[in-house]
This record gives sequence, C-alpha cells and structure tokens, in this order.
Amino acid sequence: MSAAQATAGHGGPRRTHDGSASKRIIVGYGFWIFLLSDIVMFSAFFATYAVLVGATAGGPDGHDLFDVPNVGVETACLLLSSFTCGLASIGARARNGLLFYGAMAVTFVLGAAFLGLEIHEFSGLAARGDGPTRSAFLSAFFTLVGCHGLHVTAGLLWLLTMMAQVYAKGYRADILRRMLCFGLFWHTLDIIWVALFSVVYLMGVAR
Amino acid sequence: MLGKLTWAAIPFDQPIPLFAAALVGVVIAGVLILVVLKGWFPYLWREWITSVDHKRIGVMYTFLAMVMLLRGFTDAIMMRSQQALAFQAPGYLPPEHYDQIFSAHGTLMIFFVAMPFVIGLMNFAVPLQLGVRDVAFPTLNSVGFWLTATGALLVNLSLVVGEFARTGWLPYPPLSELAYSPGVGVDYYLWSLEISGVGTLLSGVNLVTTVLKMHAPGMRYLRMPMFCWTTLAANLLIVAAFPILTATLAMLLLDRYLGFHFFTNTAGGNVMMFMNLIWAWGHPEVYILILPAFGVFSEVISTFSRKPLFGYRSMVAATMAICILAFMVWLHHFFTMGAGADVNAMFGIATMIIAVPTGVKVFNWIFTMFGGRIVYSTPILWSIGFMVTFVIGGMTGVLLAVPPADFVLHNSLFLVAHFHNVIIGGVLFGGFAGYSYWFPKAFGFRLHEGLGKAAFWCWFVGFYVAFMPLYVLGLMGMTRRMQHYDVPAWHPWLLIAAGGAAIILAGIILQIAQLVVSIRHREALRDETGDPWNGRSLEWSTPSPPPAFNFAVLPHVEGIDAYWSMKQAPPNAEPDYEAIEMPRNSPTGFICAFFASIMGFALIWHIWWMVAVALVGAYATFVVFAWRDRDEYTIPAATVARIDRANRGAREAALIHAQAAS
Amino acid sequence: MSASEPDTAPGDEPVEKHEAEGVGTYLIGLGLASLLTVVSFFISGTTLVWGPSIPVALVVLAIAQMGVHLVFFLHMTTGPDNVNNVMALAFGVLIVLLVLTGSLWIMAHLNHNMIPMDQMMQMQR
Repeated sequence: MSAAQATAGHGGPRRTHDGSASKRIIVGYGFWIFLLSDIVMFSAFFATYAVLVGATAGGPDGHDLFDVPNVGVETACLLLSSFTCGLASIGARARNGLLFYGAMAVTFVLGAAFLGLEIHEFSGLAARGDGPTRSAFLSAFFTLVGCHGLHVTAGLLWLLTMMAQVYAKGYRADILRRMLCFGLFWHTLDIIWVALFSVVYLMGVAR
Repeated sequence: MLGKLTWAAIPFDQPIPLFAAALVGVVIAGVLILVVLKGWFPYLWREWITSVDHKRIGVMYTFLAMVMLLRGFTDAIMMRSQQALAFQAPGYLPPEHYDQIFSAHGTLMIFFVAMPFVIGLMNFAVPLQLGVRDVAFPTLNSVGFWLTATGALLVNLSLVVGEFARTGWLPYPPLSELAYSPGVGVDYYLWSLEISGVGTLLSGVNLVTTVLKMHAPGMRYLRMPMFCWTTLAANLLIVAAFPILTATLAMLLLDRYLGFHFFTNTAGGNVMMFMNLIWAWGHPEVYILILPAFGVFSEVISTFSRKPLFGYRSMVAATMAICILAFMVWLHHFFTMGAGADVNAMFGIATMIIAVPTGVKVFNWIFTMFGGRIVYSTPILWSIGFMVTFVIGGMTGVLLAVPPADFVLHNSLFLVAHFHNVIIGGVLFGGFAGYSYWFPKAFGFRLHEGLGKAAFWCWFVGFYVAFMPLYVLGLMGMTRRMQHYDVPAWHPWLLIAAGGAAIILAGIILQIAQLVVSIRHREALRDETGDPWNGRSLEWSTPSPPPAFNFAVLPHVEGIDAYWSMKQAPPNAEPDYEAIEMPRNSPTGFICAFFASIMGFALIWHIWWMVAVALVGAYATFVVFAWRDRDEYTIPAATVARIDRANRGAREAALIHAQAAS
Repeated sequence: MSASEPDTAPGDEPVEKHEAEGVGTYLIGLGLASLLTVVSFFISGTTLVWGPSIPVALVVLAIAQMGVHLVFFLHMTTGPDNVNNVMALAFGVLIVLLVLTGSLWIMAHLNHNMIPMDQMMQMQR
C-alpha cells in the first residue's frame, strides 16, 4: 500500500505499521458484529411473532387493530431520519458544525416524533383493553415493536450524548469513531423497521 | 420499600444451605480481612480489578471458573450421595431442596464454569498467539468479565437470600411460569443469565474482532494457530446464539413480571416455542464450549509431539463447518415433543453430519501424534484422555441422534451420562489441558508435574466410575432428576457412581495441592526463557509472565508455527526499541457490574426505586468513561529495552545449551 | 483474503468522496427507499393484484428495500475492501434465515400434531 493511500482514510492511516487494521476499522467492525447480533435477537422476536400471530385467543387480530396511515407517518419519520443521520455523518467528517448539529437535531426531532406516534398507538390499544396481556398475539406484537421502540429510545439518548460530546471535545478521532457507530446503529434500526412495517403491519392488514 | 424482600427470605429452617452460606461467608470475610490487613487492596484494585490487560482478565475468568467449579461440584456430590442413600428411603435432601441443587448444578457448570473457563483461556492466549499487544476492545473486555461475575454472584446469593429455581438448568414453561413457580428462584436464574449473557456477548464481539482484524505483520488468516481459528468459530457462535437466549429469557420474564402470554397455558401462549428457541441457542452453546477445547488440544498435541499439526487446512475447514452446522441441529433436543417423522428425520440426519467434521479432527490429532516424539507431560495426558473419552461420548451422541432410539432414551440417565461424557471429557479436560499448558506463561513458573499427573488419573478414572453406571441405569429405564426410587436393581449402580464422584473429589483435592505446592516451590519451577515446552506459536516467544505490552517488538511471521521457524533461524541482532502505547486501566467494568448487581437484585425482589437508581448509575458510568480524554499511556523505549534484554539473554543461553546437547 | 489487503470500516465509503457526492448517495438511497415503501403500502391495501400474492410481494419489496439501505446508507459494496463486512453480514443473514425458517417449520409441525394447550387444559378439567 502506497503512502498516499495509507493516509487517505478519515481517521488517519487505514493500516498501521503493525499489521493490525486501523482503530477506525476495528471499532466499526466490532460494532457491526454487535449489530448483527442485535438483528439475530430481533429474528427471535420475529419468529415468535410469526408463530403466535394467529393465537388471538378470541381477541382482535392485526386487521382489527392496525392503523395504516399512522404507520405510514412513522415510516416516513424514520426513513427521513436515516437520511438526515447520513447528512450528520458527512457533516462530522467534513467538520461542518452547521451541517452536523442541524442534521443531528432534525434526526432527533424525527426520531422523537416516531417514538411519540408509537407510544400513542400503544397507549390507545392498551386503553381499549387490547394490551399485551390480552392474547399471545398481542404479547408478541407489543414485544417485537416495543423492542424496536426501546432501541430508538436508546438511540435518541445516544444522539444527545453524541452531540454533547462533539460540542465538548470537538471532532476528535475517537469521537468520530463513535459517530460512525451511531450512524450504523441508526441505519440498522431503519432496516429493522422495514421488516416490521412489512411483516407486522402491512401483512397484518392484508390478510 | 424493599419489594418482596423480608426476613422470611432467609432459610433459617434449612440447616444445609444456611451452614454452607455461613461457611462461604466466613471464607469471603477471611479473605477480605486478610486483603485489608496486609494492605493488598490498592494492589488488587490497580493491577487486577481495574485491569484492561487481556492476560489479567483471562486469568480472572479462569479463576472464577475454578471457584465456581468447587461450588458446582459440591452440588454434584450432594446429588450423588442423595441418590446413593435414597433407595426406598427419603435420603437427606427434601425434594424442594434437591430440585434447587440439580438446577443450580447445571446452571453453574455451564454458565459459570465451562463458559468462563474457555473464555478465560481464549482471552489469555489469543492476542499472544496472534502476535499483538492487546484485544480489540480492552475496556469492553473488562466490562464483559465483571458482568459475568455479576451473574455468578446473583446465582450464589440465591443460596442465602430466597431460593434458586427448581425447574432444571433450562426453565421449561409452564413449570417456570408464575402460576407454577411463584417464588423468586426462576427470577434469580433469569436475571443472572440476562446480565451474564450481555457480558458473554461483549466478550464474543471483542474476540471476533480481535481475530479478524488484529495481526502481527505477516500473520495471514491461514497462518494463525489452530486455537485462534477455533476461537473465531466459537465467538461467531456466541455472537449469533446468545441474542436468542437473551430474547427467549426476556419473553419468559415478560410473562412472569407483566402477565404476557408467550409461554403460558392460557390466552394462546405456546410452550413449545420456548423449547424451540432455547435450543436454537442451546445447541450452538455446546459448540461454543467444545470448539475452544478442540483448539487447546490442537496446540498441546502438536507441541508435545514435536510436529506441526497434521492437516491444518482440513482442521480449519472442519472448524468453520461446525460453526455453520451447529445452527442446523437444535431440534434433536426435543425429538419426543411431536414434530413428526419428517422434521425428526431431517434433524437426525443433520446431527449425524455434524459428527463428520468432529471425526476429521480426531483423525488429525492421531496423525499428528503418529511418528512424533511424544513428551508425556500433564497437558498431553489430558489431551489423550480427552480423545478416548470424547469418542465414546460422541458415539453415544450419534446413537441419541437416531430419533427412535431417542424416544427410548430421552430424559433418562443415559442422556445425563452422554452430556457429562462430552462436557467433562471434552470441555473440562480441554480447560485443564490449557490451564497446565499456559500456566507457566501466565505466572512464570510451571505447575508440579507429579501432582498434575495424579490429578489427571483421578479425574480420568473417577469420570468412568461415576458416569459409565449412568449409561447402564439409563438403559434400565431410570429417568433423570429422581429424588428417591425403589428399584433394587438400580441401587448398586448408584453406589458405584457415588464412588466415582469421590475419586473425582480426590482429583480436585490433588489439583488444589498442586497449585499450593507449585506456588511454594515456584523458584525451582521458574520458567526463565518463556518457552518451557519448546513451543511452536508466538506466545512462547515472549517472557513468562509476558510484560503488559506482550511483545517488545512485533514479530514478523513467515509461516505456520511462527515461533518454531524463528528458533531454527540464527538469532537476529538486537532490534531498535520504540516507546509503546498501551490502554489505560479503567474501573468502568467493575462499576458497571456493581450497578448491574444492584439492578439484578432489585429486579428479582421487585424493588423498583433501586432499579431506577442502578440504571441511572450505569448510564452515568458510561458517560464518564466516554468523556475521558486520555485512554492510553506510554511505556518508554528504555523500559521496553530493559525488560526485553533480560529475557533475550536467558532465551539465547537456553537455545545454545539445547543445540549443544543435541 | 488476508489481513494485509485493503480494508474499510463498515459504513465508511471505500473511496473518499466530496461532500456533495456523499449527499448524492444518500439522496439516491432516500428516493429508492421511498419508492419501495410507497409501493409496499399501496400493494397492501389494493385489490388490483391477486390476494395471496400480496404477502410474497411485501417480503420481496422489504428485502429489496433492505438492500437499498445497505448499499446507499451503510455503503456495503462488493469491493475487496469490504469482504470482511459482507462476510459478517452473510453469516448474520444465514443465522436469521435458519432461526426463522427452522422455527416456523418446526412449530407448524408441532402445532399440527398436538392439541392446542387451552383445549388440553379443558380436557383435564
């Protein structure tokens, strides 16, 4: 590898002299492995949902409960927030404060809006007596969708911490590595949401 | 204020747990008083508790495993003696206590003995074998260890405060649901495994990244020692399987705490889904345990046969094949639950297929020994004992993989004998082989050979005496987990099995004696060169114990068995030493585990305010860690040179001596 | 594949791009993902296509959209610097597929062969 290539990476040289990958690659790869494990966890919840989707115990099924326009708005929020999260990554790498803080703030607002809509949906269901204790189907539904919601909540907390860190520490290499991980996390949540709205909501109302 | 916790939680009416707890309490208090009186606490805090050095963390994992082995073995002795006594009699353990003992025995032995043992060995040896100075995520590694310790703490706490699960080592619903297990026993089980499961996952992420992304110059994937490959496969399985366990146990927790209906009998719940998911984790778990042991045997057999490992590439292929196939056989744990002929046949065949790569490995080990000049040290005794024992266990496993045979043997002592055959004969023997093999590397002196060999023979003979009768009993129809029985034909076999447990006890006592004697005679057993076994891989090219930075100068790797070829070449001139940057120690792991322990305890006893406090504390710890500015410290070149020169002298003198002798 | 070959962190673009180009990638991704989402929502409620094909179509569209996200948001490529990242992804996808199909297959057979639990409880009364 030529010297020019070696220093082309964002976080300093891609490959240090000792044969190991650069810190940015190590951190990014480790977090990528963690995310894959998270996806496997979701697959267990998905499998459970798929097995229990018919176990309504005489209660309502997806067709009776799901509000597709609401899901559409949620999806739009999350998709747009994935885009703005990408902009924030570009802003962090270019050390463009306006772009970074602006895009992060918009990401936060969109994520919070998504979360608000989900909480609204959940509380509405629970208020009607169709909470998670009603049937195995609803247990699986609340757990699967709620687990994603918990991830979004954690992501929002991380997002705020991330902004505070950049504000306090500047665009240091280790902060930029964390930003890389945050981006991976947020985009992955969006991928899981694609599976959620397709399999849970849209298939639920289609049947 | 304290949720469900009252004085009634402490079993004042049961003398056995109370006495055991008092004994443990006295030992812990004694150790703490000694530490404080001798002024060791600052040293322990600085050098061990806050350490992010992979070698120290590896040693602590192994130590945890060995302490928990004593606890788990105590349970085993109690079960064997109860069954020896309980022929047409109630024995000395009432059923509700006996049930807790077999549940705790399984839980401890799998999660807090076997797992920390193999993770400890991987942590210790893999970076040294790869020729690097640390793992990918040193602080995360420390967090992972301390979370595992938290889980162990909670399980052991259940001895004194409350009770443990009475459901067996896997809490099958509906028995484990709130309706049938209203006490805190199952909650202890669930929370301790959720917390230690997070620790295991972190350790898995760390080691996968380390093996794939960190290398000495020239250390290509196909030049890595076999142990690194089995580490990669085992940790890929951890990363892929433990999330399933987390999710499954979380669903059971939701059932128990919030009235959900995943696995209940009512409202559409499906208990079979629990069996399905728990074994989708449970079968890969078996390979998570055995693959690192396979790696240890590969290293030990090659070193003590003075030959390169036979069929290295086929070993790599077999390891990675097992890594994939491990996810395709889980139904064989519940053939009898009624999936029908098609499904059973498919999983039965898959189970037989997975025996093939394992067979490849056994042949490779035999061919490695064939024609070698074998040195019969303690580590290779464990390895040969393993090969004999594991092949028997593998055969009975393939027998159980035949669904019609499984219908006869399911839940009998035949099954109990089978999995002890592979877990003791495979994982534990592997752990002990690795312990005696790498002990001089970790501490700078060898273990006493004579006592080590005596311990091996006690374990080896004791295993056969204890578990071969269980195969017979299984074929005679005795089911597992029986508190008493009235079949006269069973009684003599159970007496023999109890005798076997006594022989194993002698082995354990000999191991403790070996450690004590070795420490006392450490000057005579000192390893000056860092290469006590005439080793082949890079961990033997550093001093024993290795300095914090492992390698003064990173080695250049030219092929497989990197250090062996370095020893054949003439000694090269002294290198130019440079200053080395190493990660700073951090109490993050310990403090995280402190809050996790409080949170786990509070959740078990429904003390909700304490849960909130612990959560905030854990988040604050995380932020404080993320806020620190300096995460590395520098070791000056002069210090590196001083440490390395001392070892170079001893090593070259030994090499010249060896060449003159041959 | 060896440790000395070029390598990229997951989520990083292999070749350093100008800011505007980076935004362009995300914009294409956003456009494609929006299109696939809209089609999914439309198909789920329509009577224009044959009913039983709807779940299949939804799954296909979802997988396509996940691919779009992986390529345009997470910058997964087939380049040599991404081999490790893609291998890890492939392993994860394999496990997810095994867990999902295995569970559904097993549970379908178990449910077929066994009386539902609440009926069994009824019979025991």
